Amino acid sequence: MSILDKHRALEKNATLLLFGSLVVVTIGGIVEIAPLFYLENTIEKVEGMRPYAPLELAGRNIYIREGCHTCHSQMIRPFRDEVERYGHYSLAAESMYDHPFQWGSKRTGPDLARVGDRYSNAWHVQHLQDPRSVVPESVMPSYAFLKDKHLNVRGFSTQLVANARVGVPYSDDMIANAEADLKAQADPNADTSGLEARYPKIKLGDFDGNPQALTEMDALVAYLQMLGTLVDFSTYDPAANDR
Amino acid sequence: MKFGVEIVGVTLFAFVALLGAGFATDELFRQHMWVLFFVLGVTAIVLLRRTDFLTPQPVDPEAYMDEPIRYGVIATVFWGVVGFLVGVFVALQLAYPSLNIEPWLTFGRVRPLHTSAVIFAFCGNALIATSFYVVQRTCRARLFGGNLAWFVFWGYQLFIVMAATGYLLGITQSREYAEPEWYVDIWLTIVWVAYLAVFLGTILKRKEPHIYVANWFYLSFIITIAMLHVINNLAVPVSIVDAKSYSAFSGVQDAVTQWWYGHNAVAFFLTIPFLAMMYYFVPKQVNRPIYSYRLSIVHFWSIIFLYIWAGPHHLHYTAVPDWAQTLGMVFSIMLWMPSWGGMINGLMTLSGAWDKIRTDPIVRLMVAAIAFYGMATFEGPMMSIKTVNSLSHYTDWTIAHVHAGALGWNGLITFAAVYFLVPKLWGRERLYSVRMVSWHFWLATLGIVIYAAAMWVAGIQQGLMWREYDEQGFLVYSFAETVAAMTPYYLMRSVGGVLYLIGGFVMAYNVTMTIMGRERDEQPVGGVAPSLQPAE
Repeated sequence: MSILDKHRALEKNATLLLFGSLVVVTIGGIVEIAPLFYLENTIEKVEGMRPYAPLELAGRNIYIREGCHTCHSQMIRPFRDEVERYGHYSLAAESMYDHPFQWGSKRTGPDLARVGDRYSNAWHVQHLQDPRSVVPESVMPSYAFLKDKHLNVRGFSTQLVANARVGVPYSDDMIANAEADLKAQADPNADTSGLEARYPKIKLGDFDGNPQALTEMDALVAYLQMLGTLVDFSTYDPAANDR
Repeated sequence: MKFGVEIVGVTLFAFVALLGAGFATDELFRQHMWVLFFVLGVTAIVLLRRTDFLTPQPVDPEAYMDEPIRYGVIATVFWGVVGFLVGVFVALQLAYPSLNIEPWLTFGRVRPLHTSAVIFAFCGNALIATSFYVVQRTCRARLFGGNLAWFVFWGYQLFIVMAATGYLLGITQSREYAEPEWYVDIWLTIVWVAYLAVFLGTILKRKEPHIYVANWFYLSFIITIAMLHVINNLAVPVSIVDAKSYSAFSGVQDAVTQWWYGHNAVAFFLTIPFLAMMYYFVPKQVNRPIYSYRLSIVHFWSIIFLYIWAGPHHLHYTAVPDWAQTLGMVFSIMLWMPSWGGMINGLMTLSGAWDKIRTDPIVRLMVAAIAFYGMATFEGPMMSIKTVNSLSHYTDWTIAHVHAGALGWNGLITFAAVYFLVPKLWGRERLYSVRMVSWHFWLATLGIVIYAAAMWVAGIQQGLMWREYDEQGFLVYSFAETVAAMTPYYLMRSVGGVLYLIGGFVMAYNVTMTIMGRERDEQPVGGVAPSLQPAE
């Protein structure tokens, strides 16, 4: 009896067919995905990574809401042209606190993995309000409405709590100060010593050119300005992290 | 009372939506719950107006349940035209950025609307409708579960409406082809379990001892999509009255999980069940048996086994570990074989009936669809080779590839199935116009060719411009220059999309007239056979 004759049993038993096909389709995922949670060398050892400050997280949520990833990647590949164009190739460690990841799959616009510190706040605000006024070739939509939209502060600590539940190491201190930190980062007159201690390398100051109001523009620019700036590459050893 | 349970259920559900709107902690959830409340409120009113207290007609338990399929076919045509229309709009947004209307109609929000409209609304409705049709005929049994099939149909439409309105409001998980947020995901899971129950239940009560090959593919599609959907959407919501959730995974693990899902949305939503359609509708339309029974067994098991592994080829040269990338590449290349096994099985079914391509535009649609399937499943493995991918990734080459597959394979085979089903479901002698099917075929094919050619050239050109160095070792082009270079291709692509859209309108007209029982007075395709003249 050939194996194809044995197959007749499956063709006459729906339950067997259902579970047979389910088992067959689980194998690939188990082999490819499950080890990524256990192999220690999946995420490189780096210095400088920290959870997002509240304003940065709020900006990131706006980035997600507007679907920026449909045109901008955040993943620099290890090629000469990409490294020269965008900076050091991206590390796994740099998105270790990203729920979800924002690597993207299309570059209608340039990669943003290291856009932080590349342009001034004023440039970003102008570019987001009217992209073609600073980049004539751009096909980006304008996001002027962000400047008029007040950022929702109330209850923001719940965002940090939800992140902590999925494994981001937000401390009780960070959660307790979430709303104050959210406002302080964009307020040039605030006492930011606690904020800076909680979130090293944080960028402070009014981002959207309007110190009177805390807007979604403040949050988005604060997020863009920190992208790719956390990891200290002077202490990074590529050979030790070869995978 | 007719619709008694439905009216109570929908009204209660509307009340829950109202509570959601009242207690919402974020503005987007509030707006979305108002949308839900409005949709359910209108549904309740429509049901109330159509209710009566007559004793219901007893249903013949032997008769096929075709009414949800009729609705499904109409939904397929409707969402198809909507999806193509939104596609043309997003294409034009890239050529004319002033078409972005902030905040609701920016590219970043409309693009997922386009992809979900064609994948989940157009293709999804086609799959539910055809699977209900095929499973009843091949099992010789009425759909299992009584009105559960109606729940699947309308529940799925509600999922589409909630997903689509959510995108425009800015509610998204940003996971490609899995953008809807947690509460819409939960709703889809419920609908999907009901779908599995109807489909599997019908197979279990079959009168035919043998489960037909098309049903293996449909069954594998339903169960695998359930698995992918649930695992990829694991997330922690901020609260139960907040639209926002955070993925259970982060970074590398999140990326690999998402593309394990994303690639298998292509595999188990856009390939496996469409092969089921091929295995039923092609033999039916050409009146020939499947070419090879053995090949169908081999290619079924090998394709479902291999496809799952291919996800990491979306992440070549990223921060994903090399071993995972390499595994993804190797399995993607192997995938070429079962894919072409399926293509051969479909095409060779026409053995002895090839002349029908000339006379039957529905067969022409099927053959072209299978040919596009073959092309796309050759191109896919080629693009998954890391060296090729280093050029193609992030460019419009990928867009060309998916549209060769989606417009060519999914679109054309669905059109063929719609043209096959409409006269049968509404008891018409024939379609309103067979010649219009031919027009549709040519409009669609020409549209695909223009679209894909433009995007191939655009993608390869952009990839090459990004890596172009001069003799001194400097990058030649700024990024902005590579954007400017794309404009003519984006315009050409829009032309291709418009042709495809016009084809969709032709289909909608033809289907509407057929349902209304009209028949166009026309010459048969392929001409009238010349009447024999006696020799002088």
